[in-house]
Amino acid sequence: MAVTTPRQRVSWGTTNFVVIALALIPVLWLVSLAFKTPTAVLDPSFVPAQWTWGNFHQILSTSQFIRPLLNSIGIGLIATFIAVVLASMAAYAVARLRFPGKSLLIGMALLIAMFPIISLVTPLFSIERALGLFNTWPGLIIPYVAFGLPLGIYTLSAFFREIPWELEKAAKVDGATPFQAFIRVIAPLAAPGMVTTAILVFLFCWNEFLLAISLTSTTASRTAPASIAYFSGSSQFTVPTGPIAAAAVVITIPIIIFVVFFQRRIVAGLTSGAVKG
Amino acid sequence: MAEIVLDEVTKRFPDGALAVDKISLDVGDGEFVILVGPSGCGKSTVLNMIAGLEDITSGTLRIGGQVVNNKTPKDRDIAMVFQSYALYPHMTVRENMGFALKLAKTPQATINEKVEEAARILDLTQHLDRRPANLSGGQRQRVAMGRAIVRDPSAFLMDEPLSNLDAKLRVQMRTEVSRIQRRLGTTMVYVTHDQTEALTLGDRVAVMRTGVLQQVGSPKELYDRPVNLFVAGFIGSPAMNFMSGTLEDGTLHTSLGDFRLSDRLRREVEHAGGRNVIVGLRPENFEDAALVSADARPSGITFRTSIDVLESLGSDVFVYFTQEREQGVNAAELEELAQDSGRADTGASGDTVVARLDAATRIREGRDAELWVDGRAMHIFDPATGRNLSLGADDGGSGGGSSSAQAAPRHAAPDQAASDQAAADDAVATGSVGGASDASPSGEVT
Repeated sequence: MAVTTPRQRVSWGTTNFVVIALALIPVLWLVSLAFKTPTAVLDPSFVPAQWTWGNFHQILSTSQFIRPLLNSIGIGLIATFIAVVLASMAAYAVARLRFPGKSLLIGMALLIAMFPIISLVTPLFSIERALGLFNTWPGLIIPYVAFGLPLGIYTLSAFFREIPWELEKAAKVDGATPFQAFIRVIAPLAAPGMVTTAILVFLFCWNEFLLAISLTSTTASRTAPASIAYFSGSSQFTVPTGPIAAAAVVITIPIIIFVVFFQRRIVAGLTSGAVKG
Repeated sequence: MAEIVLDEVTKRFPDGALAVDKISLDVGDGEFVILVGPSGCGKSTVLNMIAGLEDITSGTLRIGGQVVNNKTPKDRDIAMVFQSYALYPHMTVRENMGFALKLAKTPQATINEKVEEAARILDLTQHLDRRPANLSGGQRQRVAMGRAIVRDPSAFLMDEPLSNLDAKLRVQMRTEVSRIQRRLGTTMVYVTHDQTEALTLGDRVAVMRTGVLQQVGSPKELYDRPVNLFVAGFIGSPAMNFMSGTLEDGTLHTSLGDFRLSDRLRREVEHAGGRNVIVGLRPENFEDAALVSADARPSGITFRTSIDVLESLGSDVFVYFTQEREQGVNAAELEELAQDSGRADTGASGDTVVARLDAATRIREGRDAELWVDGRAMHIFDPATGRNLSLGADDGGSGGGSSSAQAAPRHAAPDQAASDQAAADDAVATGSVGGASDASPSGEVT
């Protein structure tokens, strides 16, 4: 490391502080709102004058939020699982095999990842209505898998490329079929990559709002972010600011836990991925 | 147990590159055959084809009498040791060694028994529950060997298994490989680029160059009777010295002096049509003239030269002297050898000759010395085809120092062979240099 002058340190410190403050102040404001009493919502003070759990009680005591929370978890986990399984197979093929249409597959995956979701909402709505998938779990799982796959294929193929080719040759000579070699040798070594991919896909599903609000109509399949939009105040003219803030805090907690626990894994997995025999 | 028969096996990669060109090789049951050659000569491709990891473009491959061209590796009953060992990092040593048996659905008790026996042979018993990452290089290498042994396959294939070890351990493991092969009596095909390994290990050695099999024979045969320039230069360390020569009236003029050829040898060379030849002399064909008895002298010539470098190994003394530059020889094979040994990159400008002398010599570095070279041991090559012309005339090929084939110490000679591409304008220098005393070094030392 080069020696830093005090001036550099001060300027870097200031810049970092400003960036972090810009990012965190809205979040802290949200937390503050969540703990404020309904009457104090418009109070401009940052720290609530009176702390209350009322907003949390309110949202967690009705199925208006609990059920969507369960939907979010269920849909997210199932979509993640399917996406990772399919993506690992596809990524293996992309990384290892030569087959006709390979570059087309990679191109298509990239295209899907780039496609604006809003342009697909209307066609998806019509298709799902026709197929009876509208407002069901599969109705969200299928598009989530589709949008999670490109991400998964790209991340995982990078991991597979890192695994020495000779390991697979060794497995073949040891008498493994290509499938056995994949399941017993390659997949265990790519596990860090799979965990990373799973986290990324799950976060995508968890945060997704546009499809969730467009392809659901009741709490039977509505996910948590979408359900917040349907919160209503005590009267037609009251904005449920407190409950919305509380719900936002609740759905942020899993993300924070994920990042705190898996941060090292994600970073280490993405940077090294190397397997030394 | 099985023999492996390659019949005109060819490998052409999808991009059109011909990696292996019609190789025919019989590996007998229980035989230890080494495939040796510089990197990129196709030796690993041959091994991969035997293992079933690469498709065979044409030709047939039989293992134990059965054609296995289209069989998957798992149906060929062969075990392979890879250069990188390819140990499964997520498995313990025990699991690594038992993996093949587990796939074959062998009962767990049998697996344990076999793994433990192999571990005993390889001295790995106390490491069985460790993972490859926690083992030293030598231990990993032994695990890789163990993984092959446990299978009790019909043949072992080894792809440069020792090249990732340090020099000392390599020598130890070399002995170990040899011991294991004799103990198990299993057919083994071993690929290496190290000619010392090839000479010390194999029953028979197959030398390859650019996808073509050059010569197959016992180590001694390859050393004493190389069929061409490439084999001659590749086998032996320090390598054979090459210089150009011109044949005139039964006398071979070289920069060292004039050799009188026997009639048979002369006929052979003249029959090949060339007046210009490449002369090959092994370092041990030279001797300090003072130590050569009067009886032996007439079979060779003496010459004076200035010794550039002298290296004493105790048992032997290596001396290096430079030859005149315009006497440089040039042939595709020599150029490739130089590339392979890294000689081409060291920028040697003169053509250095290395001679191995008796330890009793009194020759000093930097002084002039009188050396004697044995004419009977000389090899004569056709510069155009690289063919060894002296093989037909037997008295030329099996002279002097041939008995030391296996004892030749490893020696990192930097630039002993005369092969500097830039030095020679023509394929062979045409001007013949007459007297023996003309061999003094020219002014152009590196």
